[in-house]
Amino acid sequence: MSAHAHVHQKESFITKYIFSQDHKMIGKQFLITAIFMAIVGVFLSVLFRIQLGWPGESNSFLNAFLGDTWAPDGVMHRGMYLGLVTIHGTIMVFFVLTGGLSGTFSNILIPLQIGARDMASGFLNMLSYWLFLLSSILMVYGLFLEGGPANAGWTIYPPLSIFEQTISGSGMGMTVWLLSMTIFVASSLIGSLNYIVTVLNLRTKGMKMTRMPLTIWAFFVTAIIGVLSFPVLVSAVVLMLMDRLLGTSFYISDVIVGGEMMEQSGGSPILFEHLFWFLGHPEVYIILLPALGLTSEIVSTNARKPIFGYRAMIGSILAIAFLSFIVWGHHMFVTGMNPFLGGVFVFTTLLIAIPSAVKVFNYITTLWKGNLRFTPAMLFSIGLVSSFITGGITGIILADSALDIQVHDTMFVVAHFHVVMGMTAILGMFAGVYHWFPKMYGRMMNTKLGFVHFWITIISAYGVFLPMHFVGIGGAPRRYYDYSVYESFDTHQFEMIMDLNVVISVFAIIGSIGQIIFLANFFYSIKHGQKAVKNPWKSNSLEWTTPVEHIHGNWPGELPTVYRWPYDYSKPGAEEDFIPQTVPLKEGEEEH
Amino acid sequence: MIGWIITIVGIITATQLMRVSVLARKLNGRKEEDISDSENNFNALLIGVFGFLMLTSVIFMILKYKNGYLPQAASEHGQEIDFLFNINWIIVFIVYFSTNIALLYFSIKYRGKKGNTAYYFPHDNKLEMIWTIIPASALAVIIILGLKTWNDITSKPSDNAKVVELFGEQFSWTARYAGDDNKLGYADYKLTTGSNPLGLVTPESLEASIEDMQSTVDKLKDKLDKAAEGKEVYSVAKEKEMELKMEKYIRLRERLLKMKERMNPNKLIVANDDFMTKMELHLIKDQEYMFIFRSKDVMHSAYFPHFRAQMNVVPGMRTKFKFKPIISTKEMRDITGNPDFNYVLLCNKICGEGHSNMKLIVVVDETEQDFLAWKKENTKSPIAKN
Repeated sequence: MSAHAHVHQKESFITKYIFSQDHKMIGKQFLITAIFMAIVGVFLSVLFRIQLGWPGESNSFLNAFLGDTWAPDGVMHRGMYLGLVTIHGTIMVFFVLTGGLSGTFSNILIPLQIGARDMASGFLNMLSYWLFLLSSILMVYGLFLEGGPANAGWTIYPPLSIFEQTISGSGMGMTVWLLSMTIFVASSLIGSLNYIVTVLNLRTKGMKMTRMPLTIWAFFVTAIIGVLSFPVLVSAVVLMLMDRLLGTSFYISDVIVGGEMMEQSGGSPILFEHLFWFLGHPEVYIILLPALGLTSEIVSTNARKPIFGYRAMIGSILAIAFLSFIVWGHHMFVTGMNPFLGGVFVFTTLLIAIPSAVKVFNYITTLWKGNLRFTPAMLFSIGLVSSFITGGITGIILADSALDIQVHDTMFVVAHFHVVMGMTAILGMFAGVYHWFPKMYGRMMNTKLGFVHFWITIISAYGVFLPMHFVGIGGAPRRYYDYSVYESFDTHQFEMIMDLNVVISVFAIIGSIGQIIFLANFFYSIKHGQKAVKNPWKSNSLEWTTPVEHIHGNWPGELPTVYRWPYDYSKPGAEEDFIPQTVPLKEGEEEH
Repeated sequence: MIGWIITIVGIITATQLMRVSVLARKLNGRKEEDISDSENNFNALLIGVFGFLMLTSVIFMILKYKNGYLPQAASEHGQEIDFLFNINWIIVFIVYFSTNIALLYFSIKYRGKKGNTAYYFPHDNKLEMIWTIIPASALAVIIILGLKTWNDITSKPSDNAKVVELFGEQFSWTARYAGDDNKLGYADYKLTTGSNPLGLVTPESLEASIEDMQSTVDKLKDKLDKAAEGKEVYSVAKEKEMELKMEKYIRLRERLLKMKERMNPNKLIVANDDFMTKMELHLIKDQEYMFIFRSKDVMHSAYFPHFRAQMNVVPGMRTKFKFKPIISTKEMRDITGNPDFNYVLLCNKICGEGHSNMKLIVVVDETEQDFLAWKKENTKSPIAKN
């Protein structure tokens, strides 16, 4: 291996920390960037939650951040409200939960858990990060444009996203958004191709596909989904750029905007929706699968029990991945799409509940008769399973086209996807950070603060999203600046929406402030945390056989050989309650 | 101000907690990775408290905000939807409570103790088969019932359904009733003018639009000629813009001329008997309606929460939704006990800065007489009379 020869090479500061081609450093770069983006994304949500909780009230906090242009007299500008909603969604979905989650953990864990010296291409890996950083900077830059950021919703449906005459953010703001996303997709594709090639080609001796940790299965399948679906988003974005800049009519037909008659004819906004959601739905699983993968590993390690139904878990991942490509139409039941087609999508969408349910039952059975060790990572993982249940189950309502008529585009949808995708994946990401922090920085995070962080997070997250379901069932549409329109036809309902919105906003603010505990713990521990031992969690997988101090090439000397699956916890007949993958099978010992 | 104080106090508290905790660890000589039995017990206790709060708060909200204060469905198919909702809610709550309770209960019961060993249980085909089949069969029921309702809702309307067009634009709705022939007069966006806001096609409106465009072209040409002669001065960008605009209107006018050539006045459905309003949408109780949706500018979504009806309004396309109101406004005011209650049509697809104010009050009249009386006072012909 050529990488082996480089082990003792001296590195300068720049090649080590900045233009690093080492997967561990790149993983950390992704994580730090994602944390920064998460701070921005969450902060934007606090701003618009202030507006929703106390609409029209003058607030110096808003004025301090948005200035006199976007919050004159401390009251949020309507266009800025939509801009905040749009950029919050984009940042959280793509930059935190796609780039941040996959980028961080695929990078750190794939080579370490399959026994490789590095990614297949260190250079492409570095390129992937730098494109990610560039797109992140562009996306944040959009917030400071004179006309405001893109504000047609993160789904950027045309024609609203095409004509500046219809909304102010569809000028420069939208152009920057589209550019940023194009670069982001390039980053994601380069990264994903690298992950796939690495998993297929660089597994160490004995690391059969059926001996890979479920984390690797999740990252591998996620990368495949990404490679197949993200290019479709790029094509959608390129066609939109052409509609905006060259006057083509892929998505536009027969419109009069701002009093001006347009001559574009024959296009269809529905085409955009199809292209967008062809990525958009698999995207949900691009976000979810890595979080579930991390959880599988953490739950098993801390329950001191093998993950229940390893093969069923792999089967579920594959089934979810396959089905994720044929369900996108459930976002479009009421767009005027042929009702028969709607019926087909009802069927495929509800099918996806089966592998999801299997995963949940397997997690619960893994806990059964375990010897649970409540590390912060374990708590976050249990929280993840709970939110995956809570969010997943309301999906049944939304997948049913007849019911979707009523709840489509209401706050119920917002609550559903925040729980099943946002909250679940964020909890998974926290779990991953707490669990693999010693591997990343060679130090431990503070456990007690981890507990405080977990309890504040889970309680405020449920405090935000459980009431939001009820607002939605009441028929409150999403992306409303305020609900004052209700005063003109149903004052009772107006009061209910206002009451619950205050509750939601209060929890949102508490939860956001609570994250300071995490940030403090994270950055403090990088420098001052207790020094980690080699295998702090007494885990089986390969990453814990590498030295605590990072070296290029991961293992000094030979690569380890793998003899068993990574879930031999509490196996009868063994001396300790864990048997690392590098320990050969004893005579007569069955594999699993 | 309060926000700032909380943020600063939060940061200070967090750092102090951190230092205290780090010192405490050092004094005890314990390691971060060693989770003591008392820590396990403490977290198990919190899981119990949390589980109790999470589950009871949902029960509390179900009782308090039953149906989110939306009254019973006011349309025929809406009652079918409500029935389906109830079945789904039962399944949702059974799964929500049982799986969450199992998860949290096992978490508490099997909390770690020094010296305990976990039970090695890697897989069990029978169990896995059971929990594949149970959700599959529950889903089969949901799918069958759901598709049956869906097919009912999306099937063709009956012959006596009245046709009404809802025209969405930033940020208002216009309702156009099909009149006595129950057919909507043809419309084309290119014919939209100040006096023909819906772009309705009549030989006269077509002629007027052709003339209109010609005069726009003439005016622009005049300005450009003057600029060329140096009599008027415009910036280069402005001149280019005017030139492009003129060319566009020449092309649009040519399309109208072609339309005129192809137009067969005998087959043209003219909106002579149609009537429109922007004030309120009045419907008659127990009368089926077929709504046709059209947009002028961006996507909107016509959302009637009380009737359990929604359809996107897509520019360049005509979308449809049918429903039959079965509870009049007056009856619904009695049901809700709110004398000011009204039905409403909201916009439910982000359509611009005024999105949250785009609404039309909907009134369901008891009888056709009531409707006709309202019509006489509040609607007008959509074709401008010269």
